[in-house]
Amino acid sequence: MTSAAATTLAATNEHLASMSNTLVYSSMAVYTLAFFAYIFEWLLGSRSRVARTANALTSKADAKKAPSVTVKKAGGTAVLERPQVVVRSAAGSRDVPDGPGAHGGDEQGDLYGRIAISLTVLAFLVELAGVITRAASVQRAPWGNMYEFNITFSTVAVAVYLTLLALKKNVRWLGLFLITTVLLDLGLAVTVLYTASEPLVPALHSYWLYIHVSTAIFCGAVFYVGAVATILYLFKDAYESKLENGGKPGNFATSVLERLPASASLDKFAYRVNAAVFPLWTFTIIAGAIWAGSAWGRYWNWDPKETWSFITWVAYACYLHARATAGWKGRKAAYLAMIAFGCWLFNYYGVNIFVTGKHSYAGV
Amino acid sequence: MSKTETDNAEQDLGAAGSQLSTAPAEPPVAPGLGVAGWARWFWRQLTSMRVALLLLLLLSLGAIPGSLIPQSGADINKVAEFQKAHKTLSPVYDKLGLFHVYSSVWFSAIYILLFVSLVGCIIPRAWQFVGQLRGRPPGAPKRLDRLPAYTTWRTTAEPEQVREAALKLLKKRHFRAHLAGDAVAAEKGYVREFGNLVFHIALIVLLIAFASGQMYKSDGTKLVVEGDGFANSILQYDDFKSGSMFSTDDLVPFSFDLKNFKASYQTSGPSKGTPVTFTADIAYSEGAYGKPKRTTIKVNEPLHIDDAKVYLVSHGYAPVITVRDSKGKVVYHDAVPLLPLDANITSQGVVKVMDGYQSAQGVSEQLGIQLFFLPTYAGGSSVLSSFPALDNPVLNLAPYHGDLGVNSGIPQSVYQLDKTHMKEFKDSAGKQFRDNLKPGQTMQLPNGAGSVTFEKDVKEWAGFEIVQEPGSGWALGGALSAIFGLAASLFIQRRRVWVRAVPGPDGVTVVEMAGLGRSESAKVPEELGDLAGILYDQASGTPDPADDPADDSSPSPDPEVVPAEGAEKR
Ligand code: HEM
Repeated sequence: MTSAAATTLAATNEHLASMSNTLVYSSMAVYTLAFFAYIFEWLLGSRSRVARTANALTSKADAKKAPSVTVKKAGGTAVLERPQVVVRSAAGSRDVPDGPGAHGGDEQGDLYGRIAISLTVLAFLVELAGVITRAASVQRAPWGNMYEFNITFSTVAVAVYLTLLALKKNVRWLGLFLITTVLLDLGLAVTVLYTASEPLVPALHSYWLYIHVSTAIFCGAVFYVGAVATILYLFKDAYESKLENGGKPGNFATSVLERLPASASLDKFAYRVNAAVFPLWTFTIIAGAIWAGSAWGRYWNWDPKETWSFITWVAYACYLHARATAGWKGRKAAYLAMIAFGCWLFNYYGVNIFVTGKHSYAGV
Repeated sequence: MSKTETDNAEQDLGAAGSQLSTAPAEPPVAPGLGVAGWARWFWRQLTSMRVALLLLLLLSLGAIPGSLIPQSGADINKVAEFQKAHKTLSPVYDKLGLFHVYSSVWFSAIYILLFVSLVGCIIPRAWQFVGQLRGRPPGAPKRLDRLPAYTTWRTTAEPEQVREAALKLLKKRHFRAHLAGDAVAAEKGYVREFGNLVFHIALIVLLIAFASGQMYKSDGTKLVVEGDGFANSILQYDDFKSGSMFSTDDLVPFSFDLKNFKASYQTSGPSKGTPVTFTADIAYSEGAYGKPKRTTIKVNEPLHIDDAKVYLVSHGYAPVITVRDSKGKVVYHDAVPLLPLDANITSQGVVKVMDGYQSAQGVSEQLGIQLFFLPTYAGGSSVLSSFPALDNPVLNLAPYHGDLGVNSGIPQSVYQLDKTHMKEFKDSAGKQFRDNLKPGQTMQLPNGAGSVTFEKDVKEWAGFEIVQEPGSGWALGGALSAIFGLAASLFIQRRRVWVRAVPGPDGVTVVEMAGLGRSESAKVPEELGDLAGILYDQASGTPDPADDPADDSSPSPDPEVVPAEGAEKR
C-alpha cells in the first residue's frame, strides 16, 4: 500500500470513528427522551387505582367449575360454541391476574408508553448505526475492547426487548428498567471505557472469535432481561405474600407492583428466557474453547475468563436443576438465578478489570 | 384453592401424573437398618437431585479461588511473586492446594462425587425410560376436571365413535395413544426425556475425554530458524511436558522445515507496532519418509497431523554471525536465535564458539559474544528498539574469551553467558571492547585476535508448540451432543392427553378431555383446545340440559376462567 493511500484510508477511518461517536451520543439523547416518556407513563398510570391482586387474593370465591358448552340463542336456533378449555394453576400457586402494565389502564399513560416505545425504536436504530460505523472504522467486528463491548451489548439488549414486543409478548413493563440500565451502560462506555479505534492483535483474528463473542453478547443481553424479570418477581412475590397474610404494603409499592404481571407470570417469563438461552450459552463456551484451542494450543486453560464462564454456566445449570426439583421453585430458584447473573456480570466487568489473564488483551 | 383440596387434587391424579419424567424421587430421610441400610441410604442421597444441586453449587464455588489466586499451571512466575509478597498466607494456601485448584484433592473430590452421582442417576433413569417406552401411557384418572387443562361437551355421537375418532386423531398427531377402559390415553414428547439423558451422558463423555486427554497428552516447544527443520522426537524439543500415561511411542511421526517467516505490523496510528499477521511457510512430511508438502501456519491456524497440532506461538530474530580466528579461519558461522525482551523485539543472545578458535598467541580458547539487537534503531542514545520490523537493524556485540564452562556438566542456557572463567577483550584505552554493527559489517577483535561479521541476511525464527491431546474429538462430540440434548430437553414438552367418552345420565354422550404437562407451559391448554376443536367437529355438540337448575354440572354463566400456568393473564 502506498503511503498516500494509507493516509486517505486512515482519514476515512477517523471520519467514520467520529461519526460513530456522534451517533452513540445521539442515541443516548433519544434514550433519555424515551426514559422520560416511560417515567410519564408510570406517573400517569398511578392515577388509576387497580387492585386486582388484592381482590383476587382476598375473595374466597374459588368456585371454578368446568364449563359446559355454552349455548347462544340466535334467531331461535341453538348455536353451539366450541368447547372452552379450562385451565387451573399448579397446586399451591396463587391465582392472581396480571397487572395492566405501567400505564395502569390510563389512556394518557398508555399514549406516553407508546411514545416511549417509538423513541426506543428510534434510539435503537441510531445506536445500531453507531455500532456499525464503529465496526467500519476499525474494519472488524465491534467488540475489541470494553467500550465496543458495552455499546454492542446495550444495542442487543434493546433489540431483544423490541423483538419480544414485536412478537406480542407482554413485556412492556420491562421498558423503564431496561432503558435506565442502557443509559447507565452507555454512560459508562463513553466516559470511563472509551477507547480510540484500533485493530486487533493476530490472536483475535478468528471466525470462532466472531461466533464466540457475538453469542456471548447475545446471551448476556437475554440473561439480563431474565434477571430484571427475576428481580421484579422477587418484589412482586413479596408483595403478594404480604397481602395474602393480611399485611398492608406501602402506597408506592402497591402502585408500582399492582401494575406488573402476577408473580407467577414474572417467574415463568424469567425461567423461559433463561432456559431458552442456556443451550446457546453452552455453545458459546464451547466455541470459546475451540477458539482457545486454535489460538493457544489448549482448548481449556482455566484462564479467569474461562473459569468464570464455567462458573456462570454451572450456576445457571443449578438454577435449571432447581426448577426441575420439587421444593426449590419460586424464591429459592430466583435467588439462584440472581447469583448466576451476578457471575455473568462479574465475568464481564470484574474479570476484565480486576483479574489479568489471557483475555485481558481485549483491553479495558 | 384450599390446602386440603390441593392435596386431594394431587391424589386424584394418581398414576396418571406419574412417570412423566424419570427424575428420581426424594430419598428417604432416615437410613434403614444395618450397614446395607446405611449404604443404600447414602447412595440414595448421593444420587438425589438435591445433592446433585449441592454438588453443582460446590463445583462453581470451588472454581472461584483458582480465578483469583495465581495458578502454577498457568503462570509459575506469578505464583512465586505471590508467595514472596504473602509470607504468612502462602504456606496455608499451599496446604490447601490453592495454587493448583483444578488439580487439588478437594476440587477433584467434588467433581468425582458429581460424576458418581451423575452415573448413579443416569443408569436407573435410562432403565426407567426404556420401561416407559415399552409400556403404554397410563389410563385416565377418575376426575379429569382436576387436571391443569380440561374441557368437556355433550354430543349425539356414540361413545365408541368418539373414542375411535380421538384415537385416530391423536395417533395422527404422533401421540402414543391407546384405549384404556372408557378413555383414550395418549402421550407425546418423549424426546424431551431422551434429550435430557443424552445431555447427562454427554457430560460424562466430556469428563472422561477431558481426563484421558490430561493423562495422555504431550506438549512441547521448539524454536526453528528459517531454513532449519524439526522432526517429532522427544530429543528435538527445547522443552517437553507430558501426562502421566504418555509414552514416547505415542508421538506422531512427522517433520517439517521452516522455509520463511513473515510478520507485518501496524505502521501508523496509536497502536503502531502491534502485530497484524504472522505467517510461517513450511514444508512438512508425514511419517518417517513422507513426501514433503508446503503449507502455512498462522496464529489461529495450526497444522494438524493426526493427533498432533503444530501451533505458531512466538517469533524473533536470528542474525547470522561469522567468527574468524587470528589466521582468518572461519571457526563459527551460524544463525543465532535471540530472545525478544519487549514488544518491539529488542533482543539478546549469545554466540558460543566452543572449539577451533586459536588466539593470536596460538592458544586454543573458547569465545563468547554477548549480543544485543535492535531491529529498528531510532538513533542517538536509544537502547531499545522502536519498531518490531527490520527497519534499521543494529547489533551490539561484547566479546569475551576464556572457558565457557560448558563442560562442567551443569546445563547452560543458550541465551546466557557464564562469565566466571571468561575475560573481556580490552580496547586501546583499557576499557571493555564492544561495538555496534549494521548488517554486512565486520568487527575486528583487538590485537589481531580475529574478527566477527554480522552477515547481511538477518534470519527470523519461529517458536512452535506441538501439542498432542487425544480425546479432544470425543470432547467436542460430547459437547455438541450436550447442546442438542439440552435443547431437546428444554424446548420439548412432554405431555399427556386423555379423552373420555361415556353416556351421561340422560343417555347423551359426555366427552371429557384433559391435558397434563411435565413442566409448566401455555402450550398444553393450547394444544388441548386445538385437539378438542377438531374432535368437536367430528362429534359435534348437543345443548346442555341448560334449563335444569338442579344439574350442578352445568353452571351457566361461564365461570371465571383461570389461565394455565404460563398463559398470559389479563
Ligand atoms: C454435571 C453436572 C450436571 C449438570 C451441569 C446438569 C445440568 C442439568 C440441566 C441444565 C438440566 C435442565 C434440563 C431440563 O430442565 O430438562 C438438568 C436436568 C436434570 N438433571 Fe442434571 N445436571 C447435572 C448433574 C445431574 C445429576 C448428578 C443428576 C442426578 C441426581 C441429575 C439429574 C437431572 C434430572 C433428573 C433432570 C431432569 C429433570 C426433569 O425431568 O425436568 N443431573 N440437568
